[in-house]
Amino acid sequence: MRIELTSVYVDDQRAALEFYTEVLGFSKHHDIPLGEHSWLTVVSPDAPGGPQLLLEPAGHPAVKPYRDALVEDGIPSAQFAVDDVAAEYERLTGNGVTFTQPPTDIGTAVVAVFDDTCGNLIQLITEKPGMV
Amino acid sequence: MADVYRALADETRRLILDELATRDGQSLFEICTALTMHHRVGSTRQAISQHLSVLEEAGLVATERRGRTKLHFFDPEPLEAITRRWPTTRKEAP
Repeated sequence: MRIELTSVYVDDQRAALEFYTEVLGFSKHHDIPLGEHSWLTVVSPDAPGGPQLLLEPAGHPAVKPYRDALVEDGIPSAQFAVDDVAAEYERLTGNGVTFTQPPTDIGTAVVAVFDDTCGNLIQLITEKPGMV
Repeated sequence: MADVYRALADETRRLILDELATRDGQSLFEICTALTMHHRVGSTRQAISQHLSVLEEAGLVATERRGRTKLHFFDPEPLEAITRRWPTTRKEAP
């Protein structure tokens, strides 16, 4: 078994596509029109055959209370691995991204959390060699 | 003042204050992560949330919304009231 696809709920699929590709640097994978919305996925350019992230419309009435509660407590909707959290923090804040948690050493890893502008908090992580 | 002594009587709540004193303005998620990773505290998120409520009632923690996220800040003022009552610096011997 392997993880093929996971999803985050986004307020606006087109704005989300722009943020996830232009700002974060993912590549568009699927963009299949489905009536009002699309089957819209992105992948890491480092692993084009790897897991896809589905940018899923947040229209269901359960999504808002669920996501509001997560964001209030600072809980990320997804975690992405990067080579250097501190460097990504500098790059992304330079592009206007807001972090709720600056790069923080948690012992086995360095983490940070930012607002994806589409309704979610996203955690970045760099695990320390030999700690896992 | 009784609230302050009760708040400080619990080890987990003292660790929460240690973490906030190290870096102020943390979300519930960050505090839980720090307690787990730095102190091996395995309490549930709900339990930590209740501990934060006790600290907030005692005036040792203040919360503030930044955007949509609630952040927690350490307020040492109630501790100063303790040292005013029992000064920690002794008078010089005559």
